[in-house]
Amino acid sequence: MNFDLTEEQKMIRKLMRDFSEGEVAPGADERDRTKTFPVEIFRKMADLNLMGLPFPEEYGGGGADTTSFAIAVEELSRVCASAGITYSAHVSLGCAPLYLFGTEKQKKQYLTPLCQGESMGAFGLTEAGAGSDAGGTRTTATRDSEGWLINGSKCFITNASYAKFLALTAVTNRTEAGPEITAFIADTDSPGFRVIDNYTKLGLHSSNTTELVLENVRVPEDAILGEIGQGFKQFLITLDGGRIGIGAMAVGIAQGAYELALKYAKERTQFGTSLSKFQVIQHKLADMAMNIELARTMVYKAAWLKDQGKKFTKEASMCKLFASEIAMKVCDQAVQIHGGYGYMHDYKVERFFRDVKLTEIGEGTSEIQRMVIAREIGC
Amino acid sequence: MNILVCLKQTFDTEERIAIEDGQISEEGVEFVVNPYDEYAVEEAIRLRDEHGGEVTVITIGPERAEQALRTAMAMGADKGIIVDDEDLESPDENSIAKILASVIGDLEYDIILGGYMAVDDGSAQVGPRLAELLEIPHIATITKLTIDGDRVEVEKDVEGDIEYIESKLPILVTAQQGLNEPRYPSLPGIMKAKKKPLERMDIDDLDIDEDELEGRTETLETYLPPAKEAGKILEGDLDVQAKELVKLLRSEAKVI
Repeated sequence: MNFDLTEEQKMIRKLMRDFSEGEVAPGADERDRTKTFPVEIFRKMADLNLMGLPFPEEYGGGGADTTSFAIAVEELSRVCASAGITYSAHVSLGCAPLYLFGTEKQKKQYLTPLCQGESMGAFGLTEAGAGSDAGGTRTTATRDSEGWLINGSKCFITNASYAKFLALTAVTNRTEAGPEITAFIADTDSPGFRVIDNYTKLGLHSSNTTELVLENVRVPEDAILGEIGQGFKQFLITLDGGRIGIGAMAVGIAQGAYELALKYAKERTQFGTSLSKFQVIQHKLADMAMNIELARTMVYKAAWLKDQGKKFTKEASMCKLFASEIAMKVCDQAVQIHGGYGYMHDYKVERFFRDVKLTEIGEGTSEIQRMVIAREIGC
Repeated sequence: MNILVCLKQTFDTEERIAIEDGQISEEGVEFVVNPYDEYAVEEAIRLRDEHGGEVTVITIGPERAEQALRTAMAMGADKGIIVDDEDLESPDENSIAKILASVIGDLEYDIILGGYMAVDDGSAQVGPRLAELLEIPHIATITKLTIDGDRVEVEKDVEGDIEYIESKLPILVTAQQGLNEPRYPSLPGIMKAKKKPLERMDIDDLDIDEDELEGRTETLETYLPPAKEAGKILEGDLDVQAKELVKLLRSEAKVI
């Protein structure tokens, strides 16, 4: 057993802490109010070669491990959850499927520009009638002599306005066993491909969430990502990794909210003493510190298993489920400790409180995580 | 151009200082590159990128100080030297400058950079002492550095004013805030840092009389500054306030 981070991981944490505080935190409130996507931040991250952090150098990646990726997402989310989810989705939904299932040619053509930050990464899975239940997928891909024609629509797709291309799932055949789902790579500027950025969201206001509408979008024969009929299975594998990212994001949000609450509790005086001297407040803060530590340890464990090449489906679900649920409680109590000020935008915990809810929903709701864990323990 | 940077690993400036048994406790503390030394590392990398050559970073400290050299390497320094200070008894600025002089005496160099002071001891002595031992010119607290051939032009911060100084290589300069904006280490820089050459030395490896290294100063006591008390707000007319203030400065603060 060794709980120490490696030298590289420590340096990446220091870098991401400094970068987040120096470049990401200063405009976070303003971006939240104006719903502005932080293009400049990701350009700077690309300059530091962070956009392909856990992928091999031959594809322009950084050659770091999953634990380092989790650290990077956590540090970004600690100051700005929108930046955290954008980065997490870019890496684990945008880059990872290309790395895991792409041909050598596809990796050179698509993964490399993603790692170099020339495009944001995105993945089109969810539809109005198909989220966790991919059987409801309506988007179709029909083969003809020139390749495939894709028709349909996708919803809640992160980063697509800033993606030059993305992978998406479509039904290529319907059998008695259900739809045959296949993943395709499509250019977002193809004729008939529209990306609509028009949602009004609870939080994560400076992240990009879009609707995709595809009308007779033509892709060539070799646009298939992975194998025909394996699209859903591939996506489940992709999501296992993504859950580590969302777990790390939840830990980061919780850490940020907790630090603000602790600082406020020490500064704020009521009844002649600081809030942090009241046992009722102390216990809230102690619970926060404990839960965050536990959640982070579980995120690191899932990341470590992945890096060891071991099975990590159950642990990824556990870390995502636990981290997102405690993060929700931590943000709730952080607002509570701030009292009336916590309800106001200027005290930041209001933003954390709105942003954190997504972690219980995105990349598999808490209910789905429990289903995954139940299946893994043999129910 | 051979560029040397002397740096120190110090407490993270955000750390809370705790004293145990009369000494500053290092338990659970995060260490960083002394912030002024970061300016020196950044300037060294820029000089190398402009004039070619190599940046060597040098530190004296315990094993953990290697991390500070690796951080400088992640920023772009080419190689490092660490001198283990375990055998030193209560070293001070005299000891550190002599060890550095001994290490650097065997190296080829055109310029030596360092922070003008370390944020922990804050003595601002090691740079000038080292230059004296090496018998080269030195300029402290610089905010701008230009090198053309062996001509050195420097802007030096003098309590808010600027002095323009010309000198020649070889030279030692120490960095003040404002010299540059240190870069973030890039991810490839971090991943490559561990593979860059690092030379480890003990005091025994140096051609130096150990008696000379003994500290010339003695620490009598280490204590935290007194807790800040609430300030006093004077009331009444300006005349009354001024009189009260003079009285308090004389009788209570005893500064006049």
